[in-house]
Amino acid sequence: MADTLKDMLRYDLTFDCVQCGYCLPVCPTYETMERETHSPRGRINLIKMVAEGKASVEDLKQPIDKCLGCMACTTVCPTDVKYGQLFESAKHVIDEYEEKTFIQQKTEHFLFHSFFPSAAWMDQLGNATWLYQVSGLQKAARRLNVMSAAPLHLDKFEQVLPPAPSPKERHARKNRLHPDGPPKAVVAFFTGCVMDSVFFRQNEKTMELLRLSGAEVQLPKTQTCCGALHAHAGKEPEAVTLARENIRAFEETPVDYIVNNAGGCGAQLHKYGELFAGDPEWEERAKAFSDKVRDITEVLVELDGLEFTERVEETYTYQPSCHMTNVQKVKEPPLQLIRSVPGVTLKELDRPDFCCGSAGIYNITQHEDAMDILDVKMEDVKRQCPEGIVTTNPGCMLQMKLGIQREGLEEEIDTVHIVDLLMKAKPVAKKAVKA
Amino acid sequence: MHEWEEQLRALLSDKRVFTELADRYSYSFDASFGEHLPEVVVQPKTTEEVQTIMKIANQFGLAVTPRGQGTCLSGGPLPVKGGILLDMAQWPREINVFADDLIAVVTPSVLTADIHAAAENHGLMYPPDPSSAHVSTIGGNLAENSGGPRGLKYGVTKDFVIGLEIVTPEGEVMHTGGRTIKNVTGYDLTKLLVGSEGTLGVITKATLKLVPKPPAVQTMMAAFTDMATAGKAISKTLTSGVLPAKMEFMDRACIEAVERYRPSGLPTASEALLLIELDGHPETIKLEAEQVKQILLELKADPIITAESDEEAQKLWSARKLVSPAIATIKPTKISEDATVPRSRIPEMMERLKQIKEDYQVELVVFGHIGDGNLHPDIMCDQRDEEEMIRAEKAVAEIFRAALDLGGTLSGEHGIGTMKAPFMEQEMGEVGVSMLKRIKEAWDPNNIMNPGKIFAEKGQKLVLRDG
Repeated sequence: MADTLKDMLRYDLTFDCVQCGYCLPVCPTYETMERETHSPRGRINLIKMVAEGKASVEDLKQPIDKCLGCMACTTVCPTDVKYGQLFESAKHVIDEYEEKTFIQQKTEHFLFHSFFPSAAWMDQLGNATWLYQVSGLQKAARRLNVMSAAPLHLDKFEQVLPPAPSPKERHARKNRLHPDGPPKAVVAFFTGCVMDSVFFRQNEKTMELLRLSGAEVQLPKTQTCCGALHAHAGKEPEAVTLARENIRAFEETPVDYIVNNAGGCGAQLHKYGELFAGDPEWEERAKAFSDKVRDITEVLVELDGLEFTERVEETYTYQPSCHMTNVQKVKEPPLQLIRSVPGVTLKELDRPDFCCGSAGIYNITQHEDAMDILDVKMEDVKRQCPEGIVTTNPGCMLQMKLGIQREGLEEEIDTVHIVDLLMKAKPVAKKAVKA
Repeated sequence: MHEWEEQLRALLSDKRVFTELADRYSYSFDASFGEHLPEVVVQPKTTEEVQTIMKIANQFGLAVTPRGQGTCLSGGPLPVKGGILLDMAQWPREINVFADDLIAVVTPSVLTADIHAAAENHGLMYPPDPSSAHVSTIGGNLAENSGGPRGLKYGVTKDFVIGLEIVTPEGEVMHTGGRTIKNVTGYDLTKLLVGSEGTLGVITKATLKLVPKPPAVQTMMAAFTDMATAGKAISKTLTSGVLPAKMEFMDRACIEAVERYRPSGLPTASEALLLIELDGHPETIKLEAEQVKQILLELKADPIITAESDEEAQKLWSARKLVSPAIATIKPTKISEDATVPRSRIPEMMERLKQIKEDYQVELVVFGHIGDGNLHPDIMCDQRDEEEMIRAEKAVAEIFRAALDLGGTLSGEHGIGTMKAPFMEQEMGEVGVSMLKRIKEAWDPNNIMNPGKIFAEKGQKLVLRDG
């Protein structure tokens, strides 16, 4: 390895931490795992110790693996420690140092090379949802009796997946949608890979809401997975490759915004500029891309083009996506939209910024720990007695569904993406007010 | 496995006894300097468990260091002699407010801010408000005798503790004080234990005194072009019959840093910025605010801002709250001091600090609780720059010297710990320190309770380098 461990672990960044401990009260894993080793401050200190040769990469593995990467710590940090960069660098180092079993390598290769890059798998796998594919892999692994490590618990997720759209529906999708009147903005829609497979219908609704709001919506064909899951798994080169593909795909036609509806993807798209820092060919292009990235809620609020024709007389609570809050820093627009739906009562969570435990594929890879975190979240949800939970990210949506199922509340509480709620109120294009 | 480890595991189960390197490193630091590996980290949850741990420690001659959430700025929870690190943060959190007695009985792991909230539910207030109140445990506050901005009117932690349950270094349980406001029975062991930095025992329960919550507050801000006038404003206000709850201060370096960090129109040409908070009945503080304003006007403070709403007050306070993140952008390593001087000597202290800044060429910024003379001269430096750290060490020693010369003290609210131990004799004298030592020896005959704190070892000097 050309780079030293100190460089790879971003040792320089650890000095920004003054160990004040302000991150402790907001860290979900410090709360549920009850030790400093699983706190942001503990992890940063361990990265420093490993860089200094006082502890080994092996010592760092568990504390880093058990970090959700929710970034709640970065929002409260008084000295602006770049925890996201430290976390991903540590993941990368652990990934490089680790000797993996054959099946682990196979699983990872499938997940990160074939599966998440969306264009590739959509062609190959058609309508089957990704979880079924992964569970197929799990069964194969069990037959081969090589997977002695933690089981993936995929059966639990299968039960909460929404029904898949028919091939006809998928193929009927247009690549360009026009508003009824002259366009107020031209936007490109980033579909996401999990979002576009498991939550195809929410994507359709997203595009329709944009159209109704007065935007011309384009769907660049060569777009691919955002690379967030790769980056969080320490697979930086793969994340960079995917980012390049997306930057190219969205450069084809000029647009005002690049819109997405998945908090986690949006956060990664926001980081493209950072990803190529110092790269003469890509830095500017990546920055130009990131500058245009918006969450659907931001754009809908800005366009202000919807009028609701039906009341939704229900009580909802809202589970914000951590990456939307802590990385994209988008907090108000979703709340504003929920409040704008006639009839809806919004009862906010006591601790909305506490992660739900979904965290990318954390609820698959660290299932037990994710369930402990989910339990804390569900206590909060139950205190609000809602009829529905609004989410803004596919992972959170699945996790909340799982939480409701674990509590046996399927009959009482529904989980929706914010676009589901908005569509439920039958929106139409707001009539232009003549001066 | 050592016999002591077997005994600890038998007592607490494997779930609450950690010997893995990653875990030990995670309890090797606090918010000050130094890195010290404990041999084992344990998480007791009952008084009986602490008793047994203390007995095991005595039997095997192991040091025991209690730790809350490690926000300490003076090294109190650092396990400098290895041994057992007692993580008190996982103890079940319980707050019982007895409103009719104006007291709260709390367990050591309770967060200070949670006590504030619980008291407020009863229209009461627990005044000590260290800036880390949302993170720090009351156990840590008690051990270090923490302060905060409200110290000016209300005092520090020790002024609000009337009873303690502690486990002695030899593993016995003892109760001090009680639930009454007045209590002159015997030596005041409660006050001896508060601020003893975990060297005399482990606090397992505390009875705190509460006061009625003032119904209203009024925030004011004033800027001065010279420090001497700012000093006059403080003494004139405090002798005018008005006692503000808080009087906070930022020097020019802080004002500039905050303005660079998040521009909000602060008067960057000023030498001193004062933030004043009055609390009490709305009618009373209205009159008091007018009175303070007159004093500020007479002394030609400019601007003088009186907050008209809660939002405005919050905006004024945000300048003070931004000091920490803003000065962190100067340099990454922060040496946070809390030298305190009599209030009349504040302008002189500021002069001395200015001189120290020049003499040692260090990035020294000053802010803090100026109304009670408790300044925070912070040196911003870079731990990786050894030459700079040597200058910083010398500057810190000079800051202590200056505070003592002016009739002040080494520590207003952070505690002595490891960092200030070498300077103890300068303040307390040989006899004073020797009396402290005798108390320590009588309480802890095997010297196992948080050894290495308060008392310097022979020839010990302040060293901020190498972890």
